[in-house]
Amino acid sequence: MEQIIFYILAVVIIGMAIASVTSKKMLRSVIYLLFVLMGIAGIYFLLDYNFLAAVQLTVYAGGVIVLVIFSVFLIHHIEMELEMAKTLKKIIAGSISFVGIATFLWVIWNYDFKVVENYNAIEVSSIGEKFLSVGDGGFILPFEVISVLLLAAMIGAIIVAKSNKLTDKNVTKS
Amino acid sequence: MILGVSIYEILSLTTILFFIGIYGFVTRKNLISVLMSIELILNATVINFVVINKYMFPDKLEGAVFGIFIIAVAAAETALAIAIIINLYRQITSVEVEDTTTLKY
Repeated sequence: MEQIIFYILAVVIIGMAIASVTSKKMLRSVIYLLFVLMGIAGIYFLLDYNFLAAVQLTVYAGGVIVLVIFSVFLIHHIEMELEMAKTLKKIIAGSISFVGIATFLWVIWNYDFKVVENYNAIEVSSIGEKFLSVGDGGFILPFEVISVLLLAAMIGAIIVAKSNKLTDKNVTKS
Repeated sequence: MILGVSIYEILSLTTILFFIGIYGFVTRKNLISVLMSIELILNATVINFVVINKYMFPDKLEGAVFGIFIIAVAAAETALAIAIIINLYRQITSVEVEDTTTLKY
């Protein structure tokens, strides 16, 4: 059963990812990307990483996709068709990607992974303890750094997205 | 781990997803589409972290923790990139890659 669900998810993810990078319409390609991200959340659920699946759904499917859709609405007309690359460039990029896929798959299938049989789910509380532990192997410093990074990114985004006129007026006033 | 699915199959899936992202990154000409391709690449790497943690080191948590860090950095990166794209659109009314020469000095 889980195997069937995994294969369905894999087909959905790969098909929608290909549709997302080849679709001519901007908004459709964003919606295909949304399906890809939800399929990835499904894989996290299959792997028993419930917290990561929830984070994926809220941050990506809820946050990033809405942000991208808003910027598409602000910048493009909905029915606008994207300018596509030349056929020669597409063929070159596609063949390079195929060579990359072949190389990576050859390496992966020839490597002997030491897989440990286990079916235990990871609890959210243990992830939280790992994040906030100050002892050996704790992640308290990166956790704080990432929070400062998010704050800096937020302030930076506001300042960058502010219109030029506004900043000029502020400068002349002060 | 997933019953009946080996680590090889999941790593193959993420490899294919990664290179679809690379293909989109190379062929797309719109800045927002390029950003979406970067999202695909980052998601493929996060699945790799999680899967290798789950299949090979099940009593450790580093993979999940790094996955959350990557998601946080990717969200910050997307917010900044969208802000830059909108500001760029204000100045040159275009988000095509070939028209963005404003910062080239």
